[in-house]
Amino acid sequence: MVRSRDALHLATVLDVLDTPAVTGLPEAPPDERAARRTLLDQVAHLENELAQVFCATWPRTEMARPVVRGRGGGPRMLSLAELEELRDELAACVSDSRRALSDRTWVEEGNRRLIEEMMLEPERHKWRRVSAEDIGERGCRHWHVRPRWSFIGMLMGWWRVVVSSGCPLAT
Amino acid sequence: MTDLDLELVEGWVEPELAEEFPELSLVHAGVDVRPARSPREVKQRLRMLADRYTGGKVVHMRQDPVPWAYRVFSRQVGIDPDHDRTPVEAVALRRLKQGGLQSENLVDDALTIAIAETGVPLIALDGERVGGELGLRLARAGERLGPVRPLSERQLVVADRERPVAVVLGEVGADAGVTPETEQIVLCALGVKGVPRISLEEALWSAAETLYT
Repeated sequence: MVRSRDALHLATVLDVLDTPAVTGLPEAPPDERAARRTLLDQVAHLENELAQVFCATWPRTEMARPVVRGRGGGPRMLSLAELEELRDELAACVSDSRRALSDRTWVEEGNRRLIEEMMLEPERHKWRRVSAEDIGERGCRHWHVRPRWSFIGMLMGWWRVVVSSGCPLAT
Repeated sequence: MTDLDLELVEGWVEPELAEEFPELSLVHAGVDVRPARSPREVKQRLRMLADRYTGGKVVHMRQDPVPWAYRVFSRQVGIDPDHDRTPVEAVALRRLKQGGLQSENLVDDALTIAIAETGVPLIALDGERVGGELGLRLARAGERLGPVRPLSERQLVVADRERPVAVVLGEVGADAGVTPETEQIVLCALGVKGVPRISLEEALWSAAETLYT
């Protein structure tokens, strides 16, 4: 009984193996449209994020900015592989830019805290100087801990924070 | 000023291109104006326009909807918009570098004003040297822009029935551009996803009004 069922099963398997693998399908290339549309949307989304990070970085002009180069050959329809490559480069660029900005703002936050400490206890931060650039702001303003009345202040321990005003006039 | 009667024509878009960028469009309009030096009013307008720019404004321009839409399109077609600037950013950068917007001639000034005010890229073609209906398509193998400039295959171009006349977001062919002998100018505005049709119309009207000053 068992043997005959096995024989039947084997016959079915042979039938399946004898059948041509694929029949009646059109010989057309795979449809890339959905993948292309998704990649184009991702590129748009990443470009938006890159613009946001760029604007948040301003006015820190000295910060290195990662670049995503053009693909070359002028404006053209990119291949699927090129779109994927572009998407990956943009994603890496956004990630690098965010990390650099995050590192920078962490340092700036520390400098802001330092200014507050300088204001509260200037004698503990003698001659310390923090510039507007150190806290991510524009201008030439800086906070400088200096002795009141020069040597007398130094001898007596009278320290204060002097906040400079603005940039020197152009000569 | 002359009463302005502008007929806006919707250009054709090659199906393959329309499928990839469904909202890509080209709107164009002809104006019967000859190139000339800019009158005082136009120079004054350029000066006023230049006064509106600041460094911070230019930096944040990339987050404004229309300039951003063209930046995205540039990326999607393989251009780095931080290297090959979109027209509106190029105008802003020119303003920052030169400290003002210098007058060149009536046609270029009209384009500069319209681009700066609307953010929409515009080009001007010689109406008698471009053949009939204009549209957008992909360049074919071996095609050239003008007599000498080779085009890469599948490059996005503005074309008439016979040949490419300009590269999208790029240069205009030497055999299609405006010359001192031009008697009819065709203004073309490029539309991409995220840019409303009214912005294109506004850009064309703005340029045409300046040309008729």
